[in-house]
Amino acid sequence: MTEFQSRMETAARIAEAVYGLTVEWQPIPGEVEVVQATLAGREELPIYLTHSGEQIICICYLWHDKEVLAERRVALLEALLDLNIPMPLSSFARVEGWFVVYGALSRQSRAEELAQELATLSENAVDALDAFAEYLK
Amino acid sequence: MSIFNKIVTAVRGSVRELGEAVVDANGTRIYEQEITDARQALTQARQDLTMVMAKEMQAGREIERLAAEQARFENHAVAAMDKGEDALALEVADRIVALETELAAQQQARTEFAASIARLKELIKQAEAKVREHERELVMARTTESVHRATQSISHSMGSGGSKLLSARESLERIKQRQQDLADRMTAAAELDNEIGGQALERKLEAAGIGENAGRRAAVLARIAARRAAPADEPGDA
Repeated sequence: MTEFQSRMETAARIAEAVYGLTVEWQPIPGEVEVVQATLAGREELPIYLTHSGEQIICICYLWHDKEVLAERRVALLEALLDLNIPMPLSSFARVEGWFVVYGALSRQSRAEELAQELATLSENAVDALDAFAEYLK
Repeated sequence: MSIFNKIVTAVRGSVRELGEAVVDANGTRIYEQEITDARQALTQARQDLTMVMAKEMQAGREIERLAAEQARFENHAVAAMDKGEDALALEVADRIVALETELAAQQQARTEFAASIARLKELIKQAEAKVREHERELVMARTTESVHRATQSISHSMGSGGSKLLSARESLERIKQRQQDLADRMTAAAELDNEIGGQALERKLEAAGIGENAGRRAAVLARIAARRAAPADEPGDA
């Protein structure tokens, strides 16, 4: 188990104890270390964690560009910008056609912070999906 | 072009271009090399700086020493003249000239050292700014690379897993349905408890007029009825 993975394991246990969330995680094979975390009850919105240099990036993929209603596209983008700051601790972004919510943490973040990030990001993802479903096909 | 511009330009092009422009492994290696080079220049400049600063201090001490010597010999010259030792005074004057020449040379050297110090400090400042800039660029390049690769891995694992990716709406429906199921189950559990659990017995006892709550409703009603029957007793009623 890598150092990052063992931190992830601790974070999952903290998430259970502190936030009452059952978190399962698994490494995703590839050149870069990526971990997929699934929260019980929200299996459709897994969170992917990766790290680079000084940060840990936690990403939740919400919807693809293809799913956006063409006529509501501009309104969606404006709404995303408007909501970006009010949304606690997470931000909206787009990665290769995917609209995502993500949070960035310091590479030195402890498992406690990682657990909090998972809980917050997951809640933000569900809320965002709920709020923006009207712009999607 | 800054990496920020590169990313913006690449994003305007296509995803493939973004991969090529930023995720190019050579790109990060170049940034790493530039950081290494700038760091080496920085180390060299710092060493040079300490050396020049030491030399400036030495020149300063030498100037003090020479000035003191000059003053001493000038006193000697006065004493020699007072005693009419003109030949000796002349010899002392020669020595003073030599000291003055050396003093001027040392002062000149100190000025040059000071200028070098200022130049080296500026160089160090520039090199440090460069390192910081390259480090920022490296973080951006690495992050873009990392997220790109992560997205590739995710797309790949989604594809190979055979699981059809749900649309966002479908995902939302499922999550909401599950939340609703949970809420329904909790309501059902509460109802069940009400009917056959501990709560049910309490209610049966109450209905039979047994227990703490028994007869409380009747008592309240009786009290209100009594109050209603005697409104005139209420003081200050208009």
